[in-house]
Amino acid sequence: MASRNSSKTKEKWIGVIGVGSFGTAIANMLAEKNPVMVYARKEEVVQEINENHTAQGKPLNPNIRGTFDPKEICETCDILFMMVSSSGFQEVTKTFAPYLLPYHLIIHGTKGLCLNLGEGETLESVQKIRRSQILTMSEVILQETVVVRVGCLAGPNLSKELVKGQPAATVIASKYNEVILEGQSLLRSEKFQVYGNSDIIGVELSGVLKNIIAIASGALAGLGLGENAKGLLISRGMVEMVHLSNALGGSVKSVIGLAGIGDLVTTCNSVDSRNFTVGYRLAKGEKLPEIMADMEEVAEGINTIRIIKAFLETADLRAPITEYLYRVLFEDFDIKEALQFLMKYPFNVDIDFV
Amino acid sequence: MGEKYIKHKYEPIIPSKNEWPVVKLARERKEFVKKVSELAEARILNLAENNPEILKEELETTLYREKLRIKQNPWVVDPDDEGSFWGEVKASLLQINTASGLSKTKKIQGYKAVLNRITSRYAEEIASNFKHTHYKFTRSVVTFGFSRLLNAARVKGFRSIFSNQYTLQDKIQIIGETDQLRDLATKGTVVMVPTHFSNLDSILIGWTISVLGLPPFIYGAGLNLFNISIFAYFMDSLGAYKVDRRKKNLLYLETLKTYSKEAIQFGCHSLFFPGGTRSRSGMIESKLKLGLLSTAIEAQRANYQNGLNDISGKIFIVPVTINYHFVLEAPSLIRDHLSITGQERYYKENDEFSNSYKISKFLLKFFTKGSDISVSIGRAMDVLGNYVDENGDSMDKKGRSINTRDYFISEGVVTVDQQREEEYTNMLGRRIVEEFHKINRVFSSHLVAFTAFEMIKASNRKLDLFDLIRLPEEDIVLSYEEFKKNCQMVMDRVYELKAKGQINVAPHLQNDLDEIIRHGLDNVGMYHAKRPLIQNEKGDIVTEDMSLLYFYHNRLTGYGLEKLF
Repeated sequence: MASRNSSKTKEKWIGVIGVGSFGTAIANMLAEKNPVMVYARKEEVVQEINENHTAQGKPLNPNIRGTFDPKEICETCDILFMMVSSSGFQEVTKTFAPYLLPYHLIIHGTKGLCLNLGEGETLESVQKIRRSQILTMSEVILQETVVVRVGCLAGPNLSKELVKGQPAATVIASKYNEVILEGQSLLRSEKFQVYGNSDIIGVELSGVLKNIIAIASGALAGLGLGENAKGLLISRGMVEMVHLSNALGGSVKSVIGLAGIGDLVTTCNSVDSRNFTVGYRLAKGEKLPEIMADMEEVAEGINTIRIIKAFLETADLRAPITEYLYRVLFEDFDIKEALQFLMKYPFNVDIDFV
Repeated sequence: MGEKYIKHKYEPIIPSKNEWPVVKLARERKEFVKKVSELAEARILNLAENNPEILKEELETTLYREKLRIKQNPWVVDPDDEGSFWGEVKASLLQINTASGLSKTKKIQGYKAVLNRITSRYAEEIASNFKHTHYKFTRSVVTFGFSRLLNAARVKGFRSIFSNQYTLQDKIQIIGETDQLRDLATKGTVVMVPTHFSNLDSILIGWTISVLGLPPFIYGAGLNLFNISIFAYFMDSLGAYKVDRRKKNLLYLETLKTYSKEAIQFGCHSLFFPGGTRSRSGMIESKLKLGLLSTAIEAQRANYQNGLNDISGKIFIVPVTINYHFVLEAPSLIRDHLSITGQERYYKENDEFSNSYKISKFLLKFFTKGSDISVSIGRAMDVLGNYVDENGDSMDKKGRSINTRDYFISEGVVTVDQQREEEYTNMLGRRIVEEFHKINRVFSSHLVAFTAFEMIKASNRKLDLFDLIRLPEEDIVLSYEEFKKNCQMVMDRVYELKAKGQINVAPHLQNDLDEIIRHGLDNVGMYHAKRPLIQNEKGDIVTEDMSLLYFYHNRLTGYGLEKLF
């Protein structure tokens, strides 16, 4: 039985799993205070990290060491940041599970949802899903590993801006104060503020649901509509996020915090965001398969819309923006027509949740 | 798990009574009480941040509430000197408050002295009075007396009173992980957490523990039970310590938690009813009182801090469910439940177990007529809810061996983090509820009550629960054929759940359906004046008491079986 003994090396190594753009940015920030080990699946990526101090072309702090061995990173680091896309999240978690022990702390930065279906079932085959069949990333970690001290990182954190060292802030959410405190002490700097929140599900959901609205915002921009329309969308989008988040177990407070409204405004205004780009190109007349074919990293919003659509089938709830986006994305519904429908949709009350 | 029930005879795991942790504790009672009182005092001072103002506030609140309790809610067991004790506390507090020119340290010293008096008194009051001779006597009375009664009732003929054909184990079946429990009790410390439906549970569990050859467990019993002399005797002899639900002040609660934690660390096997009180609704507890449960986690962490890393310092949580056809207190429990949920704020607690005569009458009925009981022992878990293997090592869901100590580690050392332990307690609570549902055994009486109530509900969809219960009983008639069809449906689903390991069933559910229904109707709430379910002359199913039917039906809620209707 492996157990951590008090004999520790003086240096506190921090692990980062995944070297996508966000993972790289976080690894660089962590490396300012502590030695960092990053995990990448491909051997050549690891070689690039250790020899050139770059990850897929992006510069890395020379303090960062690469490995493709899950065992090595788990044994070296007590604290791990998981920065992988939601589509690969379950698989990566399963790969790591045999090496993770109860003393590990995991903070993830993935804004997506996974499914918890039976053997042989897919979203196409079941059509309708209940809450218990949806997993947030922290729920994936709790289900697949023995780690209980889990946190998540969410907020308006565009990798490009973080790399330039522009000021920003983030939220670390966890049921455990120690995870929040640990995350704060590792990441906080003059240019980076870190807030804490105990409603991890609410914070995760905020980050996930805002991607839907970001696609819609891209579509508005693609249609050449102005700032009034955007303001309308952001406000209605927030109301929709509040109701969905509530139905899925998050609190209202988290949606109106930094990880919700903060991230929503940033993403809806950012032409760099992948979700925004999907909406923009849709409005320009492209079809989903073409758009997906030439995107470097996945736009989480697309998958989120599919999952939420299936969830709405079992929940007593309407979410018009999500529903119409689904029809545009997957049922060839015309985007201008969808906009018409949304404009006519009877939103009678401005705010009905406080 | 045993389809066929085999009566085991278990040898005691620790033959010499002097080795029993509870006997050792009783021997050191005086020192132990002192230690508890001092540790509780330290905890409270820590909570008050050693600030005289906060401490004063807590002391005054406690004083106020205690005076109110003495006036408004006195009990027979309350000691005679209560009034004078709190009078003295009041006088001392007044003295410190009015004395001018006291320095901060002088003030805090004064408050500390008062605090010390209170925690010592509480610790003394909580501590158990285990006496081995009493224990032995009680045990033999229970086993001897009960088996005499049983045989008199079941074996026909003149000499029946001396027959040994039936023992209590025929009446009360103990099933599940009994061997694991016996084994782990010799290696580490066991905390047993049973469901709680009846006041009889305490005695039943005490008897179960002794039949399994385990040394007595200590447990917190409601002080109200000590009001009744026959119970007081039983409780004391079973090693019960006293929990007074009237006292909700910080000082008392901290002393109580300290007592429980220290006793577990001492190595005493313990018993908590994690539901806190009897289940009013008849449902399996879904929300647990976590106060005492947290002491198991604290004790485990403290053991690791003290370097007890092997199995001798390990604490095992063992869930237990007790299944009845009949709960004596059902009418008053369900009445309480309905009036609480019905927003009726003030209700009077009415106890069927109010005097020794009623209890004796019940016991006589219980042993001379049918109505079997089963006690299912669940798999042992560590304090985080992981199952443990035969060596007592925790396992993750994939069966990999893990170290419970790792859960308390940060930066390589065991640390104290109250907030973390609170979360762990919530987790453990959820795991216990999950296990309760898994080891719960469906009885024929649960099946018929559940089916009947759901059928009535389904044919009155517009009514809410309270209107449903107020339906005139004479209007409710279920045709036998229809009833049987629905029973079959529920039973099929129960067996599906059983195949997935999510529920367990009693052996009598393997009979043919007519037989099961008859057995269920005969047994469901069989001694109530008004029966929850009977078959009339025409063969139809009718009820005499809807709220009782609801109570017995509730035993099968929480499995999603309602969706069948």
